[in-house]
Amino acid sequence: MNIQRLLNRTAPALNRRAFLKVSAGSAAGLMLGVNFGGLSAQAQSAAEAALEFNAFVSITPDNVVKVMIKHLEMGQGVYTGLATCIADELDADWAQVVCEHAPANTEKYANLLMGQQGTGGSTAIANSFMQMRQAGAAAKVMLVNAAAAQWGVPAGEIRVSRGVVSHGSHSASFGELAVAAAQQSAPDVAALTLKTPDQFTLIGRDDTLRKDTGKHDGTAIYTQDVKLPGMLTAVVAHPPRFGAKVKSFDATAALARAGVQRVFAIDTGVVVLARDYWSATKGRELLQVEWDDSAAETRSSSDILAHYRELVDTPGAVATSEGDVAATLSQSREVHELLFEFPYLAHAQMEPMNCVAKVDGNAAEMWYGCQSATGDQAAIAQLLGTGIENVKINTVFAGGGFGRRANPASDYVLEAVRIAREVQGTPVKLVWSREDDMRAGYYRPAYVHKLTAGVNVNGRPTAIQVRVAGQSIMEGTPLAAMMMVNGIDMTSVEGLSDLAYEIPEKQVELHSPATGVPVQWWRSVGHTHTAFSKEVFIDVLARKAGQDPVAYRLGLLRNNPRETAVLQLAAEKAGWGSTELPAGWGRGVAVHTSFGSTVAEIVDVSVQGTNFKVERVVAAIDCGIAVNPNVVRAQVESAIAYGLSAALADEVTLTGGNVDQDNFHTYRVLRMNAMPQVEVHIVPSTNAPSGVGEPGTPPIAPAVANALAAVTGQVLTRLPLKLG
Amino acid sequence: MAYQLTINGQTLELDVDGDMPLLWAVRDHLNYTGSKFGCGVAQCGACTMQIDGVATRTCVLPVSSAVGKNITTIEGLQSPQARAVQAAWVELQVPQCGYCQSGQVMSATALLESNSAPTDADIDAAMSGNICRCGTYSRIRAGIHMAAAQLKSNGGAA
Repeated sequence: MNIQRLLNRTAPALNRRAFLKVSAGSAAGLMLGVNFGGLSAQAQSAAEAALEFNAFVSITPDNVVKVMIKHLEMGQGVYTGLATCIADELDADWAQVVCEHAPANTEKYANLLMGQQGTGGSTAIANSFMQMRQAGAAAKVMLVNAAAAQWGVPAGEIRVSRGVVSHGSHSASFGELAVAAAQQSAPDVAALTLKTPDQFTLIGRDDTLRKDTGKHDGTAIYTQDVKLPGMLTAVVAHPPRFGAKVKSFDATAALARAGVQRVFAIDTGVVVLARDYWSATKGRELLQVEWDDSAAETRSSSDILAHYRELVDTPGAVATSEGDVAATLSQSREVHELLFEFPYLAHAQMEPMNCVAKVDGNAAEMWYGCQSATGDQAAIAQLLGTGIENVKINTVFAGGGFGRRANPASDYVLEAVRIAREVQGTPVKLVWSREDDMRAGYYRPAYVHKLTAGVNVNGRPTAIQVRVAGQSIMEGTPLAAMMMVNGIDMTSVEGLSDLAYEIPEKQVELHSPATGVPVQWWRSVGHTHTAFSKEVFIDVLARKAGQDPVAYRLGLLRNNPRETAVLQLAAEKAGWGSTELPAGWGRGVAVHTSFGSTVAEIVDVSVQGTNFKVERVVAAIDCGIAVNPNVVRAQVESAIAYGLSAALADEVTLTGGNVDQDNFHTYRVLRMNAMPQVEVHIVPSTNAPSGVGEPGTPPIAPAVANALAAVTGQVLTRLPLKLG
Repeated sequence: MAYQLTINGQTLELDVDGDMPLLWAVRDHLNYTGSKFGCGVAQCGACTMQIDGVATRTCVLPVSSAVGKNITTIEGLQSPQARAVQAAWVELQVPQCGYCQSGQVMSATALLESNSAPTDADIDAAMSGNICRCGTYSRIRAGIHMAAAQLKSNGGAA
């Protein structure tokens, strides 16, 4: 076999007859079938013959290193990142490494920073860096010990490089040693000698190709592509308002539609089960459903925001307090105040929510892009009244997530299970349309902030008061115990409560009113709004003081060498203060630390009347060791685009409790024609890796607002940004 | 009713409603799953196939109107332009989540098949119908330029 050839293939060979033949087989055969053979066939045979060295590393006699990935690959590059850490310490050849999602198994595959198996908070590399390296190093010791025994040479004299174990005239591939090596006792983790950064062969390299392959030729498999024998497709008519329930329904016309097999109600709506998606959708259009709105949220988002504006005029629960802020503000010679408003945001990941479930008695088997294995597995087991050992989760690629798939209520997952248990033994693919997805809630909450600062004669802030009003993401979820302190959801104020700028006195207060709108984390969580108010406000203070925005920030960051270095790098690369901008252009800056990493972004905008375009973004990031610099850059590019979309246009509004947006013509996301030129610079570091997927998002919106303020004088404090 | 479709050079028969969008006929009944469902209203481009060489949103194209036409999905792409685009996508590591990328590759290929040296404005015009929420737009743009340069240096035969 030639793995390299398979890895390099760019166009799948088409052999439909062979495809259909395997498609008719077992579930495994089908997964193989829809992959059109090729690499997945390779991985499949590798899986069968693989010799397990530890929970993360298996090696086949035909020389494939199979890596179990405990995190969900949703585009952020975890396949590549985790495999790089293993392969480096193992001294494998990158071309011989294949990745596979690990099954749900909290004991083996917990996120070490969460204590449960799950992906989020930009922790995939941060929590795995040592663990994956240890797994690779341990497997290498076993290979070396097997070779030492076979060749009768001291293990200490054996060399391993790019997948070859050698000593003098002896040489063997990993595959040739796999059977003997897997029988070696696993070394004590504490006794392993890991590489020093100067010894890394793969970590930090820019030319390693990603391991989540098949995405340029249609062969990568997502939930939407899973096919199982006898599988039915389900769509659900959800209530138009959050919190409403089914009162009654008439399925006569729907059931008469060709292809529709069953119609029934579950907790979340009325299910139409059909032979395919189109039949299910057409059946759903024929349903007559009466909804019970007695417990529904019927307010408009404008009412909710008006309430929040009232709240920030009153004291809230104190999240942080240093000094007597009220007294200092009342005595300040100059006080500045700004009110900020943030809308609800949908995640709008490209693959609408979906999930494949099969329930047989008390056993469930699932196929989907599972982001919270521990939480979902427990929720499914509880629903079915069974143990987690009876819930098998097969994880496939996710078509984007941005937080949505890690739902603390396992909403779409349990909906699939509720449907599947009505048709015992039959696999069901639950498919949400884009409209279902966009109207399902679990939005980034709407917020109002009020920031008030007193400044001294030099224009420096002496005290700052922050009041935040908006729903808690954590309250009522299993994570509340971890993420809420004295009733305060720290994710509502993160980025402000731990303000990087040196301001002698500060007080951060929070109002967390409940509403009927389901809310959830959205790429970079609280920092999506706190970085905006913080960075727009600090820019206003700089301009009021007549100071350069970068210099002003540096003056407030004297005790923060990391933010200082990142800001200086971005400023230097962008030509801050040293390049002339065309007429009608403006330049703005923002810097923010989140998920352990610091990102600064400098934005150039061009303005014509009330229209503007973001022309260029120069970003700098300090994320500790960049395991895969190319993936880091890709993530920062992505985080900027995602945040820019929200800065320019994204907004969910409600009218009388009904969501006004339903698809991409009403929820207008960033497209190619609005994408700026983006440069990403990585601060060299030997510190442990920190977050990468999210920290690029927070600075973009304030940097754009600050650039607009620089050229127009208008300080925009409401997102999305609109020039008046 | 029964329809015959010419898809990736093969003639296949399927029995579905004529109003079923081609996307769902191909995905659910012909088992080509490379083309994706993203919006259902021709707004995102994930479902893009080539119909007689033209990049087409198949989530709103009834299967009945695809009869007698040459349908090419991501699985059937073979032109030099397609190969150059896919090679550039690998070289520049364009995809992230990848869900939109079949559609991106189809649109980029159609662009290069009609315009061997697209400008940035041409790329904006041809590609703005394809949404990528991972924001891989910069790399897509670079990938199209790279593929165009590759095709030019090969005299059009990648």
